[in-house]
Amino acid sequence: MAEFRMPSLGADMTAGTLIRWLKEPGEKVERGDIIAEVDTDKGVIEIEVFTDGVLGRQLVEPGTKVPVGTSLAIINGEGEAPSAGTASSGVKKEPEERTRVLASPSARKLADKLGIDIVDLEGSGPGGRIQREDVERAAARSPEKETAETTSEDRFRRAIAAAMERSKREIPHYYLSTTVPFENALSWLERENSARPVRERLLHNVLLVKAVALAVKELPEFNGFWTGGRLEISERINIGFAISMRQGGLAAPAIHDAETKSLSELMEELRDLVARARSGTLRSSELSDPTITLTNLGDQGVETAFGIIYPPQVALVAFGRIFEGVSFEDGMVRPCRSINATLSADHRASDGHRGGLFLAAISRLLQTPEDL
Amino acid sequence: MTREEIKARVLDILAGIAPEAETELLDPETDLREQLDIDSMDYLNFVIALDDEFNAGIPEKDYTKFTTIDSCVRQLETLGRS
Repeated sequence: MAEFRMPSLGADMTAGTLIRWLKEPGEKVERGDIIAEVDTDKGVIEIEVFTDGVLGRQLVEPGTKVPVGTSLAIINGEGEAPSAGTASSGVKKEPEERTRVLASPSARKLADKLGIDIVDLEGSGPGGRIQREDVERAAARSPEKETAETTSEDRFRRAIAAAMERSKREIPHYYLSTTVPFENALSWLERENSARPVRERLLHNVLLVKAVALAVKELPEFNGFWTGGRLEISERINIGFAISMRQGGLAAPAIHDAETKSLSELMEELRDLVARARSGTLRSSELSDPTITLTNLGDQGVETAFGIIYPPQVALVAFGRIFEGVSFEDGMVRPCRSINATLSADHRASDGHRGGLFLAAISRLLQTPEDL
Repeated sequence: MTREEIKARVLDILAGIAPEAETELLDPETDLREQLDIDSMDYLNFVIALDDEFNAGIPEKDYTKFTTIDSCVRQLETLGRS
């Protein structure tokens, strides 16, 4: 038996609201299945299950906001006797088990309407139960901060603010930048795309994703997390790809195991990820899993970008626009389209010397695009 | 297909790419990427949708001919005649 808990989808997430269950008690689930939707500061996220088994009791009802780590449901191993109350609809659930936050339905409704986080409130009712009056008192205390005007965009902005504030407070960044000759890669890409139908064409973004993933394999200290005062290198290489939202803000969901994927597979995933990020249907593993972030601000005409690391990650690689540069070969000056790559890295986890090697590896890998 | 019909379909496609945009207010001669703040992925999706809708077989080197509403309509008209 395993507990399925409200996952943390980033350093800044403290709670989430269960929107709906997508699997019923008694249904078989496999690792990676999406079993619920949760509303967070980052929008609506599809939550995946991390173990195989049979969905048992659901402990939280839709509409309930619970802190990260709260048990949402029980997952029984296959063949394991289901825990009491499983599957049969109509079984009355104990309120204490349903959620950690005891609150009256009218209090929940009001809190939801006012955009107040019920998890933060102290209940004055029996057993600490939150009453309608508690919500009203909280609303009176913070008339501006939490009103019905608090939109999902505001919450999204606040989530970014919290993460970036933490990053600049905790992470001693260092920045390195280099100009990468990009002519070989672009010429190769143009030849490749001319042979592909429109739907299967590649964007140069996928070359960048693959090159960063392979460079990380050579210099693993840029791939992982700074936790508990030490660097934890990740074995998996999950590239968080920064995607700007139409309503403002950004998300950087993961392209999992990017070093193992072909450019066509990466393109397919990237297209899917951008579409889902913008329609608000990202999955929990995509938000919680990135091991390094890549951002490309070239579309906005930026020549060089300097990113801020998303904690607890330890590095971020930023690319600018493609520009007309020059190369020198055999004493000759030749036009050479180029792109600037910048590394923002955590100086607790790595040093500038290794950072320089990392950027050099990215540049070298991009010179032989056919091998990516 | 008439010029007006082509334009209406192009605007429909744009509305799918940038749902918040008021496509009827777009300047037909200004670069769509600037007006709609669309990135390279959006633009590729726009070209894919044009290609699907008009069966246009647009080569990558011709993408620059599809950057404004007017130029899209002109190109698609020409393709329709050929």
